[in-house]
This record gives sequence, structure tokens and C-alpha cells, in this order.
Amino acid sequence: MSWLHRILAILTKEFIQMRRDRMTFGMMIMVPVIQLTLFGFAINSDPRHLPTLLYLEDNSSAVRSIVSGLSNSSYFDIKGQASSAEAGTRALQSGDVAFVVTVPAGFTRALLRGDKPDLLIEADASDPSAASNAIGMIDQTVQSALRPELKGEWAPLNQTDPPVNIVVHRMYNPEGISQYNIVPGLLGVILTMTMIMITSIAMTRETERGNMENLLAMPARPWEVMVGKITPYVGVGLIQTGIVLLAAYYVFHVPFIGSPWIMALGVGLFIIANLAVGFTFSTIARSQMQAMQMTFFFFLPSMMLSGFMFPFRGMPDWAQAIGQIFPLTHFLRIVRSVMLKGSDLTAMWPNIWPMLIFIVVAMTVAMMRYRSTLD
Amino acid sequence: MADPDLAQKDLAPKDLAIDVRGLTKRFGKLTVVDQVDIQMPRGQVWGFLGPNGSGKTTTIRMLCGLLKPDAGEGTCLGFDILKNSREIKNQVGYMTQKFSYWEDLTIRENLEFVANLYELKNSRQIVDQTLETLGLTSRQKQLAGTLSGGWKQRLALAACTLHSPKMLMLDEPTAGVDPQARRDFWDQIHRLSAQGLTVLVSTHYMDEAERCDQIVYIAYGKLMAQGRVDDIIDRSGLYTFVAEGVGVRDLMERLRGEPGADHIAYFGNALHVSGGDLDRLKALIAGRDKSNVHWQQVRPNLEDVFIHLMTSAVDNSVGV
Repeated sequence: MSWLHRILAILTKEFIQMRRDRMTFGMMIMVPVIQLTLFGFAINSDPRHLPTLLYLEDNSSAVRSIVSGLSNSSYFDIKGQASSAEAGTRALQSGDVAFVVTVPAGFTRALLRGDKPDLLIEADASDPSAASNAIGMIDQTVQSALRPELKGEWAPLNQTDPPVNIVVHRMYNPEGISQYNIVPGLLGVILTMTMIMITSIAMTRETERGNMENLLAMPARPWEVMVGKITPYVGVGLIQTGIVLLAAYYVFHVPFIGSPWIMALGVGLFIIANLAVGFTFSTIARSQMQAMQMTFFFFLPSMMLSGFMFPFRGMPDWAQAIGQIFPLTHFLRIVRSVMLKGSDLTAMWPNIWPMLIFIVVAMTVAMMRYRSTLD
Repeated sequence: MADPDLAQKDLAPKDLAIDVRGLTKRFGKLTVVDQVDIQMPRGQVWGFLGPNGSGKTTTIRMLCGLLKPDAGEGTCLGFDILKNSREIKNQVGYMTQKFSYWEDLTIRENLEFVANLYELKNSRQIVDQTLETLGLTSRQKQLAGTLSGGWKQRLALAACTLHSPKMLMLDEPTAGVDPQARRDFWDQIHRLSAQGLTVLVSTHYMDEAERCDQIVYIAYGKLMAQGRVDDIIDRSGLYTFVAEGVGVRDLMERLRGEPGADHIAYFGNALHVSGGDLDRLKALIAGRDKSNVHWQQVRPNLEDVFIHLMTSAVDNSVGV
């Protein structure tokens, strides 16, 4: 049985080492917990309570019934009324709302005449999966909302199927091509992964090999080291961006209707934000292995909670609040909006300032952790 | 035990390359360097000795601004070690214990990087010249990581003297280096010293300690002795007898723990028996069978003294 003794000896040693390596141990425990929480509670592929704006040129009890019917379906959260058709489009473009419901003038009269008036639903289809269930519910919802309204002499209208002509405009991605949503999003995921991992590993490698002590003994200031070390990776990030955008345009035929400058601003901020995270990790991690693990810890939730894999609006409030912290969330919105919707800078500002704050915080932490001494 | 007679009290501060008092560093609860005073004149070669983990590296790191002391004050090359670490870094060459140049850069690239970081003018010429002096011109495109231990150490020394520092701090530069390379290395140290450089070099080798103008002995974070090798031996208060002959092999076990024999160690086939109390030591030896062992009193060597210092440091720290 001597083989058993040897196996046992190795086994024991392995357990001791596993216990010592807190980071790996923590990861083995935390990763299932995080995944259970995210998949179990946060992620919902059937998003409800999507913010909806009304533009009512006609107001009657029939219209009010439709509105409350939409609201009761739990798919639509009525956020209020748009002051004009343009205001509705703007809200859709900036991503403030997912739907704009337009009731044209003369709607009720046409309805009662049996003319099947148009009811216009404009949906932000840049993420096709987020809008599809709600769109699928509209016909039925409107019809059952109108049923109590159409009584007596108008009862026969209930037989026509349906009494109104529901026009759905899938804005920004009329054919519901999922690549339109995924390919721009992939840019964010790729940049997150490589920027954080590459910088944190490049920095910890120097600590691990003892180069850092040497570098610190020479007269370079901390910020000089930081800028000098990070800049090459900004270049790497830009090359990656170029590759993904070219592929998006020529291979996947994703439209690019917005301003390249807003895109460049978004990419720039996002790269800096990720590099700052990578730099912060490198000041905490003691080995390249730990830097990898920390990258993973950041990458996993940011991919799941940013709206890349699952519709952002499908998540509960607490998960959305966490999602708002990650730069990826805001970057995805900027990239998709600029490419598919042609959004302008004003519309994108709500996604720019959170990234700026993130950068300032991450940089501050990085600079505080990074010292010019070995303490 | 640091003897105040030999501290350079009469020297003006400007003549001191290192002038620190009460230098203390704690890592958590552990005091790694405890109230160390060093007054080191310019232009000398000083050896920094002590057992493993005694705080040599930590002291050197504090002196060149890599670590902030928890207590203590002083100057290095006239610059405040707490406030002017940048000026110190500009004028000190520090060679780390482990080879810390970039193994994935070539020899030339490493030197150019260092030259550029120190903003040296004519960096190209300086690098060319250094490669020439090192005899590495033909191998300048070789990756530093592929060099042997001795060559790495020569490259490191060349790199940390590239900016013509006024002072060198070398942390165990000759660990794991063959005797010939060690000898060459020390020749170079003395050449540099002759040019006016102040050199502080930590080492475990006694023969290297004897090549230094003065030595500092530190154990368990405390300064135990400072001065010239001969003076340290004289002041140690240690008496040593050498036992030689066929009976020596059995002697060690029998003498261990006997009153008077504080330290017993083999040197070749002879046994050094040392103690602080001459009378008891003599009494101990007098009672021994001398038929196959020849006894003789000698002057203790540096190692005897260091073992003695180290043991008394343990006693002191236990006493506290």
C-alpha cells in the first residue's frame, strides 16, 4: 500500500497549498456564488417594465384603456408623455426609453367608425432580444384593453381582429439582426479583457522578477512609470478597436451611422478606464497569477451585468445599480447608440460622465496604492 | 556593543557619506531594523555583515530611499533620507541582491534604458564605452537573461555605475559567484573606490569582509559592531584556542555545553574553541587529555567573533 502513502502525502501538501493561496481559494468559493447570484437573481431573458413614453394626439377613454392595458401587461412602464414627436424620438435615441407609443389625432373617431386606425409603436430594437417579448404582447394587450370599451352598438367591432392597426417600428435594427447588437458589444468585451489583463500582468511581472525594485531605485517618478507603462497598451487597444470595427462593417455589415468622433471619445475613455483598473490590480496583486484572477473577478460581473449578454433592463434594480458602475455598461450604450442610432454628444453625456467618474476614482486608487517605495 | 570610540565623531558631517541615527523599520509587529546608527566617511569601502534576515537589505533600502524608515533620521550623501530620496537616487548606484535588470532585453538595451532614465548626455557613447570596458561589445545583442551568473553580476555593476554615482550600495553582489569572478569583482570595487566612490557592500563571506576598510555587523536588526576588522576582533573580548590532532573529532560533542566553551567550530581539521572568560576556558582545556590533541591559543578570527556577536545578540533579544 505504499502508493497510497505517497498519494496521501501529495494530497496533504496540495490541500495545505490550496489553503495558503487565499486568492485561488476565494475564487473557488466566490465564482460559484457570484454566478449563482447573477444567473439566479439578476439575469432575466424576459425583460419587463420597459420604460415607455406616450405621444398622445388624441385622448379618450378608449386611449386611456389602451394605456392602462399596456401598463398592466407589466411589459411597459409608462414614464409620461412626450411634448412632441421629436422629443419622443430623442428619448428613444438616447436610450432613456425603450418604446414610444403614438396615438394619432382622430384615433377614437376612426376606431368607433370601424376604420381600424393606426396605433404607432416605435421600439428601440438595437437589442432585438430586449424588445421582442414586449412587441409580441402588444396586439393581444391592446385588443383586450379595448374590449370593455367597445360595448353596445360598437360591440361588433370586437369581432374584427384587431380593431386597431398596430404599426410597430423596430427602430435602429428593423430586421432584428442580433449581430448588430453583439458585434459592437464585443468591442467592449475584448477591450475589457485585454486592457485589464495585459496591464495588470505587465506590471506584476516586473514586481515578480524584481525589476520593480531596480526601477524604483532609479529616478523615475510614479506617474512617469505609470504613463510610460500604460501608453503602449492604449496603442494596442486602438488596434483592437480598428480590427473589430472593420470586421463589424465589412464582415458583419453592421451600420455605422453616427459620428466617428463620439465613437473615438467613447473608446478613448473606455480604454483609459480599463487601464486604470489594470494598474490598480497590479498594485494589489503579488503575482501574475493573482493579476489574472483579479481580472477575471472584474470581467465576469461586468460582462453579465453590463447588458452585453442579457438585456440590461431585464435585471432587478440592485443588479442594474451594480451594472451602472462598470464602464462596460456605458461603453456598450455609447457604441451601440453611435453605430446604430447616430446619437449625438448630448444624448451620450449620461453615459460619459459615469465613465469619467470611474476613471478619476480608479486612477486615484492606483496612484495611492502605487508608491515610489517598496513599503 | 557598537563602540563609540570608533564612530567617526570627530568627522564633520560633510565628510560623511552616510550619517544616520536611530534608523528603525518595522514590518507589522516585527522590528527588522532597530535603532541603527551608521556614520560612514566618504571614499571608503565598507562591508555590511550579519546573519540572514538580520536587516541588511532593509537597511540598504532605507538608505537609498526605497523604504521609509519608521523612526530615525539622517543623511545619505548630505541629503535627508526622509525628504530627498530623489536626489539620493540620482547619486547612488544600487545593485539588488537578485539580478534585477530586464532579462528579456539585450545587454545593450538594458544599458541604454538605464542611461536614458538618468538622462545621460551622450548616452550612446557611454553605453559603447561601458560595453567595451566590460568586454561585452561582441555580445551586446545577447539577451541579458541568457548570461551566466558572473556576467549578470558584471552587467549589473556596470549598469548601476553608468550614471557615475558618488556612492554604491551593493546587496550581496557576490552570492553564488565563482571565486575568480568574485576576485575580479572586488578588484573593480577597489578601482572604483580609488576614484573616490564610497562603497557599502553586504556580504556573508569573511574573506570579503577583510577586504573592506571597515565593517558594520548587524544581527536581529541591531547594530552589534562597527569598525576595522582588527579592532572588532580586539574589542570582542573573545579568547580562542585551536585543537589539532587525531582526537579532535570526538572533542566537539564532549566540549559542547561545558562551562567556558561558548563557541566550538571546525576550521578544516582543527577545532576552534572560544569563550569570553579566559580563566574558565583555560581550566576547561587543562582538564583534557592531551595525548592525541594539541592545544594552542590563537587570535580569534572574524568568523569566531561574528558567531560570538550573533549568539550574544540572541541572548540579548531573549533577555528583552
